[in-house]
Amino acid sequence: MHNFAYHAPASLDAALKLIGEKEDGKIIAGGMTLLPTLKQRLAAPSDLIDLAGLPDLRGVKKEGGHIVIGAMTTHYEVATSDVVKAAIPALAHLASIIGDPAVRHRGTIGGSLANSDPAADYPGAAMGLNATIVTNKRAIAAEDYFLGLFETALERDEIIVSVRFPIPEKAAYQKFRHPASGYAVAGVMVSKTGAQVRVGVTGAGPNAFRARDFEAALEKSFTAEAIKDVKMSPDSLLSDIHCSAEYRAHLVGVLARRAVAQA
Amino acid sequence: MKSKVTLTVNGKERSAEVEPRTLLAELLRDHLGLTGTHVGCDTTQCGCCVVHVDGKAVKSCTMLAVQAAGKQVTTIEGLAKPDGTLHPMQEAFREHHGLQCGFCTPGMVMMAVDIARRRPGADEKTVREELEGNLCRCTGYQGIVEAILSVVNPGAVKDHHHA
Ligand SMILES: Cc1cc2nc3c(=O)[nH]c(=O)nc-3n(C[C@H](O)[C@H](O)[C@H](O)COP(=O)(O)OP(=O)(O)OC[C@H]3O[C@@H](n4cnc5c(N)ncnc54)[C@H](O)[C@@H]3O)c2cc1C
Ligand code: FES
Ligand code: FES
Repeated sequence: MHNFAYHAPASLDAALKLIGEKEDGKIIAGGMTLLPTLKQRLAAPSDLIDLAGLPDLRGVKKEGGHIVIGAMTTHYEVATSDVVKAAIPALAHLASIIGDPAVRHRGTIGGSLANSDPAADYPGAAMGLNATIVTNKRAIAAEDYFLGLFETALERDEIIVSVRFPIPEKAAYQKFRHPASGYAVAGVMVSKTGAQVRVGVTGAGPNAFRARDFEAALEKSFTAEAIKDVKMSPDSLLSDIHCSAEYRAHLVGVLARRAVAQA
Repeated sequence: MKSKVTLTVNGKERSAEVEPRTLLAELLRDHLGLTGTHVGCDTTQCGCCVVHVDGKAVKSCTMLAVQAAGKQVTTIEGLAKPDGTLHPMQEAFREHHGLQCGFCTPGMVMMAVDIARRRPGADEKTVREELEGNLCRCTGYQGIVEAILSVVNPGAVKDHHHA
């Protein structure tokens, strides 16, 4: 790891001032992605600005028809939150199967969404549950947020403050877990609210996306049967050492059907 | 660029001069001489480096020493009583042959104590899932799983060594 200066600001304003001043500075949240990246010398920030000292960025609350989760809330806290378990059990379940217990004790929802790893779980939830990513500057709909492989709409000096999830009538998350890493080879979050259905897919493409053909079919009939003949095109999906784009396209269909059956 | 970090380790206040990039695992092993915490992979995979920070299991190879300032850290050295009496989980690992070479053991035991805190009454499947982030190259896990079950859910132990 290259060396850096470490800052532990006590307020969001102080953190924003630091990130504004330190052009090669980076935010650190749980460090579960950033520290391994620094060890491999894939990044060499001049400064690390730690958000751990900002209590306002941590915690879960219910606001009307929404669940609002602070960016620094850990996967463990989401998985065990009574508020999340009651309102969106599929989201608590998703958080409970990220990585391993030690990773869940440190890793955060803000860090996961800022990183936008193609195989990460939360991006699938953000898409499938129609979440809004709230930063110090603006509120970004999930649909406008994921731009590509590890690429988001966040500006360099923008900090995720919280994530807002509208509470659906029902939802379910199905993941095909890579047996070694635990990441999603593919993952599908399905939700239904009134007549509207959302199908968020992660792991399969360069970034999380909505499977609109599945949504349209499920809005007519919310049954696994309704999507059994809907095919996902492998064209823009990932091929890697784990599997081909065709395999992932097939897997998305299987997981979507399982999620609908479970919801 | 060094700065002083003060934290509580195994109930005692300790300080060290560290660089910002110094890992918690390095602070414990190289600065404080607590070499019971092992570093197996240094890539957040193996769990040999698990310690408790403010009561929760974390991988100390993936946390900066400066991030532990002011916190309560417990390492494997902090489990046994001062007179040498083993912690019940350490005793269970001994009893159920939960170790062979011992390299993974400090992290396994620290994770096991964390599992016992979070998942009392856990069944075998749950214990195995909870060990997702701890790798053992020797035992095949059976003895480890039995040791943990003997503490969290004694009725669930199907002990192959004592059958
Ligand atoms: C062994 C292992 C297994 C894992 N398995 C899974 C898995 O199965 N599924 C999964 O989804 N993930 C998995 N992860 C990743 C894990 O969930 C990380 O916690 C997460 O991706 C990053 O969150 P973090 O809080 O650790 O962020 P950090 O590593 O601290 O930061 C990641 C990036 O986000 C930026 N950032 C962080 N917070 C903010 C913020 N509030 N605003 C703006 N930018 C910010 C940082 O600058 C950095 O670029 C795994 C990680 C490990 C080590
Ligand atoms: S040394 Fe920390 S997880 Fe392997
Ligand atoms: S006992 Fe040797 S690695 Fe686990």
